[in-house]
Amino acid sequence: MITARYHREIPQRYRLEASKCSKCGHTAFPPRLVCPECKGKTFETVKLNDEGKLITFTVVRVSSDKFSKQTPFAVGIVELNGGVKITTQITDADVDELKTGQSVKLVFRKIQDDGKAGIHCYGYKAITT
Amino acid sequence: MIGIVGYGAYLPRYRIKSEVIAHQWGADPEAIQRGLMLSEKTVPGQDEDTITISVAAAKNALSRAQINPKEIGAVYIGSESHPYAVKPSGTILIDALGIGPHVHVASYEFACKAGTEAMYVAYSHVKAGEMKYAMGIGADTSQGAPGDALEYSASAGGAAFIMGNQRVAAEILYTHSYTSDTPDFWRREGEMYPRHAGRFTGDPAYFKHVMGAGKALLEKSKLSPKDFAYAVFHMPNGKFPQEAGKRLGFTKQQLEVGWIVPWMGNTYSGSSPTGLTAILDVAKPGDLIFMVSFGSGAGSDGFIFRVTDEITKVQDRAPKTRDYLDRSKIYLNYGEYAKFRNKIKLND
Amino acid sequence: MRDVVVIGAGMTKFGELWGQSIKDIFVEAALKAIEDAGVDHIDSMYVGAMSSGLFVGQEHLGAVMADYLGVNPIPATHVESACASGGAAFRQAFFEVASGASEIVLASGVEKMTDGADVTEVLATAADQEYEVYHGITFPGLYALIARAHMEQFGTTREQLAAVAVKNHRNGSKNPNAQFRNEVTVEQVMKSTMVADPLRLLDCSPVSDGAAAVIVASMDVAKKLKRNPIRVIASAQASDTIALHGRKTLTTLNSVVKAAEKAYKMADKKPKDMNLVEVHDCFTIAEIVATEDLGLFEKGKGGEAAANGWTSIECKMIPVNTSGGLKSKGHPVGATGIAQIIELYEQLNGTAGARQVPNAHVAMAQNMGGSGASCVIHILEVK
Repeated sequence: MITARYHREIPQRYRLEASKCSKCGHTAFPPRLVCPECKGKTFETVKLNDEGKLITFTVVRVSSDKFSKQTPFAVGIVELNGGVKITTQITDADVDELKTGQSVKLVFRKIQDDGKAGIHCYGYKAITT
Repeated sequence: MIGIVGYGAYLPRYRIKSEVIAHQWGADPEAIQRGLMLSEKTVPGQDEDTITISVAAAKNALSRAQINPKEIGAVYIGSESHPYAVKPSGTILIDALGIGPHVHVASYEFACKAGTEAMYVAYSHVKAGEMKYAMGIGADTSQGAPGDALEYSASAGGAAFIMGNQRVAAEILYTHSYTSDTPDFWRREGEMYPRHAGRFTGDPAYFKHVMGAGKALLEKSKLSPKDFAYAVFHMPNGKFPQEAGKRLGFTKQQLEVGWIVPWMGNTYSGSSPTGLTAILDVAKPGDLIFMVSFGSGAGSDGFIFRVTDEITKVQDRAPKTRDYLDRSKIYLNYGEYAKFRNKIKLND
Repeated sequence: MRDVVVIGAGMTKFGELWGQSIKDIFVEAALKAIEDAGVDHIDSMYVGAMSSGLFVGQEHLGAVMADYLGVNPIPATHVESACASGGAAFRQAFFEVASGASEIVLASGVEKMTDGADVTEVLATAADQEYEVYHGITFPGLYALIARAHMEQFGTTREQLAAVAVKNHRNGSKNPNAQFRNEVTVEQVMKSTMVADPLRLLDCSPVSDGAAAVIVASMDVAKKLKRNPIRVIASAQASDTIALHGRKTLTTLNSVVKAAEKAYKMADKKPKDMNLVEVHDCFTIAEIVATEDLGLFEKGKGGEAAANGWTSIECKMIPVNTSGGLKSKGHPVGATGIAQIIELYEQLNGTAGARQVPNAHVAMAQNMGGSGASCVIHILEVK
């Protein structure tokens, strides 16, 4: 059951909350305790921009059991305005028409279910704009 | 002045045509289109549900209202397809939008009327001086039983309204609710699809309550149909709202902008609310809008709105209802539709 | 640190070994290695495995395997670094002998993947659980992202990726322990089922059961047993961000670059000094990128090199994956790193049969975890 862990992750999954290093300004998503750039240890909470570009993507046609009902689905790396990169699905798309460099926007969608009777797990996905 | 400060709609991109459903079940597609006046309906994506639709609509409402989400004192979502039987849809929405935690949240249910219920209660709290802003949302991803008449209409979508007492774009002048116990349409706990009582859903149910609330509104307000620029009624199919409008004395032109059901289907708790957003998208200052919802069981919530000068400022701040209706649609065949709507028995 | 020698090796066939449990295959490989080395005891052992817990519900593999090998009470440790677990186990064994703490150490790797777990889900635990796998991506998906980026940046083609699979199957057809001993053509690769665009089934290493073991010993022991002094002249390891989206670039695997730098330095060798290299071809694109990041070819030219045959045994330039690689030999995750060492050992011993690279004296093995978050490299030499 992933309830406690999922609850901890809500600020990131629902609101894209990241940590910005007070020393060097590097933004880490998800938030970290140690800045990967300058090893600093103080941060402020910031929200990521919800628009960006598709850096690369693939179409998953063979997935784990959990995602098997959704195949084929596109997953890619999006570089958000501001520089942070995230891995996310590209939804509502014709997977054969996607191209790297396309502009995308993040929307709130259901990502997965914890089985038949567990909780619904929400988060961000990208749509082409 | 109390009324709508911000509003927003959301419809999914997926569609299925009535004729595809008709072919699946051996029905005559033309008879369906004639009888129900439905051409196609929206289908929620596999990653969409009442909550994600509500969040999208509410985001648009917030864009239009331009308020600090933390000033919203209450959030109500009305639906008959809340993703959980026990766990409120609204808590997920408030955390997604940065509303709260000092906020009142509740889930509403009353078949297709749950959306306007949420709107009414939100409005009432602001009117009572309890809070500065309150949000009422109607959204659904309702199921229609395979092969049943309702399968042609049960669709997905929603609309959100932020009620407030400053920078009001559509003032609420009058409200009236009319309710009685009517077994026209219901779903027992544990059942996947609702059931309905066929022709009994017409005069004894839909028309009795819509007319009940509608007539009372006209009496209360001392207004007559010709005073209104627009009218919108609950749209279970294309025919019923047109008939209701006619019986109350409205013209087809007054209904036209809000009458989006032939291409949207019946978004249940989102039905008249999305009709309303379509109207607000094009309404002009001074316009009067007449709205009566209907929820089986049964009841109707009626509203009279007066559009203010503020409307011209807010209309363009977010996508319009027609943008969602007309944008690049993805058409599904019946098998894809059944898969999306979880109508196929899988090996769990 | 004193000299460390590989004096024995043994492995099971790799494949779907329905009749054998994880303990059975481990013991088979370990006994073969011990017999090959001619030792009458071992001082300690390391067992590399990625996810015995998720695959067969068993953790604490060091203890389990020491028990079943009949070598209690020697120290036994389970080592994990995703797909580099085998290489990491070898590295621990190397240090234990190099430091003088032990004379004879068994370095092994094992994985039992066919007992019914959702393999895609288990393998994905090598990636970022919360921010990659949560969104539905799989391992083929992650490498497909790298492939697309590499193809768009350097013009690497689908045919070049296929050439890697073709070469590895050709080599594997000469390897009696390989899971797949059939050859494949470029056309077959290009027509195989799409798994994660642009990677197809024949671009992907298979699901396999298997175990491999080597005996690592001091030079004293090697001399006493009159074993060929195949010395470990470099052991290096490096790490990189767990998530692919955390990397500075998608087309270079920095853990490989950094580990290679350290390995060449420790061995006092250059890329062109290698007579053969075993690389981690979990997917065809991984071999192409690894050959570039190991300095065997210029950045961006790995695909061209494969298609031109420069990495084949016949060409004699720089044979890559003479064993058949993960693609054809199989990839029982934890065992792979050790199986790579075994190929080096056989080549340097002159016992690689039809796969033999003539006059092989210096050989490298590159073992990698996840999408490149860890990399372990060893160089072996025989004078």
